Amino acid sequence: MNLFGRKKSFRGGVHPPGKKEFSRAAPIEILPPPDKVMLATLQNVGQPCQPIVKPRQRVVYGEKIGEGKAFVSASLHTPIAGVVQRMKTMTFPNGRHLPVMIVKAEGKQVDGEELVSEILGGEWPKDCMRLYEPMYIHDAISDAGIVGLGGAAFPTHIKITHESKQPINTLIINGCECEPYLTSDDRLMMDAPGPIISGTLLAARALGVKKMIIGVEDNKPRAIKALRKEAADTEIRIIALKTKYPQGSEKQLIGALTGKEILPGKLPGDVGVAINNVGTIAAVARAVARGKPLTHRVISVTGEGIVQPKNILTPIGVSVKTLIDFCGGLKPDAARVIAGGPMMGFAFTDLNTPVTKGTSGITVLTENEVRKEQETGCLRCGRCVDACPMHLVPTKLALASRYKALQVAEDYNIRACFECGSCAFICPAQIPLVQLIRSGKMYLAAKDRKAA
Amino acid sequence: MEKEKKSEPVSKSVLKSAKEEETTRINVGPSPHFGHIHSTTRLMMTDVLIALVPVILVSLYVFQWFAVKQLMICILTCIGTEAACTRMRNRQSTLYDGSAVVTALILGLSLPATAPWYVAMIGSVVAIGIGKMVFGGLGMNLFNPAMVGRAFVMIAFAGVMSASGYELASTGVDALSQATPLNIFKQTGAITPIYDMFWGVTNGSIGETSAFACLLGGFYLVWRGVAAWEIPLGVIIAVIFWGTIGTIINPESQWTVLHHLFSGSLLFGAFFIATDPVTSPLSAKGRFQFGIGVGIILMLLRSFSGYPEGMMFAVLLMNALSPLINRWTIPKPFGVKTSRIL
Repeated sequence: MNLFGRKKSFRGGVHPPGKKEFSRAAPIEILPPPDKVMLATLQNVGQPCQPIVKPRQRVVYGEKIGEGKAFVSASLHTPIAGVVQRMKTMTFPNGRHLPVMIVKAEGKQVDGEELVSEILGGEWPKDCMRLYEPMYIHDAISDAGIVGLGGAAFPTHIKITHESKQPINTLIINGCECEPYLTSDDRLMMDAPGPIISGTLLAARALGVKKMIIGVEDNKPRAIKALRKEAADTEIRIIALKTKYPQGSEKQLIGALTGKEILPGKLPGDVGVAINNVGTIAAVARAVARGKPLTHRVISVTGEGIVQPKNILTPIGVSVKTLIDFCGGLKPDAARVIAGGPMMGFAFTDLNTPVTKGTSGITVLTENEVRKEQETGCLRCGRCVDACPMHLVPTKLALASRYKALQVAEDYNIRACFECGSCAFICPAQIPLVQLIRSGKMYLAAKDRKAA
Repeated sequence: MEKEKKSEPVSKSVLKSAKEEETTRINVGPSPHFGHIHSTTRLMMTDVLIALVPVILVSLYVFQWFAVKQLMICILTCIGTEAACTRMRNRQSTLYDGSAVVTALILGLSLPATAPWYVAMIGSVVAIGIGKMVFGGLGMNLFNPAMVGRAFVMIAFAGVMSASGYELASTGVDALSQATPLNIFKQTGAITPIYDMFWGVTNGSIGETSAFACLLGGFYLVWRGVAAWEIPLGVIIAVIFWGTIGTIINPESQWTVLHHLFSGSLLFGAFFIATDPVTSPLSAKGRFQFGIGVGIILMLLRSFSGYPEGMMFAVLLMNALSPLINRWTIPKPFGVKTSRIL
């Protein structure tokens, strides 16, 4: 693989313009304490948490307000001190209506600088990992309500556990951040490599693995340098990967770093790998070493349509509007506000929607960048086939979905598609491939439900 | 409403309207929200047109007025046919995508300079009408439209389209007074100088004579990613392989591999005709097999058939095989050991 000095990567993928320059140079800033936060009871893959506070109850910073009781669930904590309000239902960009717990700020809030140094700064444990019992690490993660901060929001305590069903031999930390525009992970690695390295060591201790790899795309040289410096006296390897979308996809990254291919429908654990995002692992370090829950995260607010792009250390649950206003507001030609990056993110319909644990960025596009959809006939040029990182035949899947030929779609492995958007990005005929494939998967899921 | 606005202080009303706009201006759509701005059907066709420029220039130089006439008839008829067909089907005009002009030029460039005006015209009507629109327009056709048109006129007007039809004495155009290099070789065994074939001052279909122009345009297409490089590579590998075997069997022959490569419509066909995305396979592996197939059939026809040249038949035959090639070259999904199909 590395015979010709080529960087590790996967086959397929596309090269969208990086657009990282908007917010890359902006150091992480802290958002002033908001006057209220709106916390959805379900911010993770799996089951919602159960509220354990009542309206009008006073809560302090970091207090647990929701308990994740189910196996695949995560607890919820308030990022500000205040009074609990009545629950409300809101619609989120991914289309779900969720009950939302609202906390109105009251009393003294933790000072901004204090927060920054508590979350990102100071000394982080790098040796004497023996002092931390694996079970203690697991419980601390579970108590802190940590979920994957890369976007998928899978509860982390299920992944980082000493009681894994499959033997785990490699821990991979994902610092690729392959979505265009977003720089929150990049900035975190540059500004605060400490908690990332410490969290990696702690997670490895919990999992009992020796092999630790941090994979970073080679368009982030400063992040790679910072991590290498911080990890100098540890066994963690920092590997630069080729800049290509979707390098940060779980399966593609594992394939690139270990050569192992995960079967469709299987999880990284099945090939002995545990994989976490850099932001998640920094939250792990904070939870284990400092006993603090997941209340804040770094969000990039960026794009052509924003006046002053920034990377913000923000309390979870503030409205998108608050963040946009903090960045100087929208430009007059802003056309679309997206939760996450432009390739896989969801568009916001309402700017009063709060950000969740899984929101890695807010991208504001203007009319110029938004993909036009003037569909023409499929040219069968095969660009989508070359681009698909899962090595599928997107045009076939999309047309089979359009004409509801579900058996054909299934035979061509439609379920393996994870909707990265590479095919629709590259399609010269501007066919809404992802949308069609999504509908095909929905038909199949409906068929499965009927059969069950 | 107007009155109310007026009664408000100016600055406040501006602020308010700006705020109102802010909530209404945002639109939503499915991901990806971002498209490749340099990847559209029209741009692909524009690239083909740019790539055809050297070929057209050489044809104008070699065949002069004959080339102008042929190309103009093809372009006008193809555009007219496409417009008429979309109108008949009550569809939006598809002329904007530029594919009709591309088909017209490919067809025109693959006709002999001497072909009468009605041959070019009928060929164009068949190419667009029966080759493309009958199937439902761009992207739906099974066979390369230009080649369908050419095949039709080749059979309907066998006399003017046959190898001897290329010659026309006393026109003032030098190239027309001689036979095509492949036909000279087939009839008399005489060899046309490789130099002439490279630069294109020989007789032949108007776009095929210059290997240099075809290579120039072809490399541009490959560089732009419009033509898949696997197809011309496959064709050329197959021809070199067959040609080398021919040389080994018959070492005295003056007709070398290079003559094979530079003669007839091989390079024009390999880069411009066989690479039509619609009628060639989807995956890289399939495209390479397609190219090999075109090369083999072409050499088969050159070696054994009564026709001196076989690019058209080679492409049409392989077009027919494309769906099958697609079926046996379905890429193996990531992580899957064996594909479920086949």
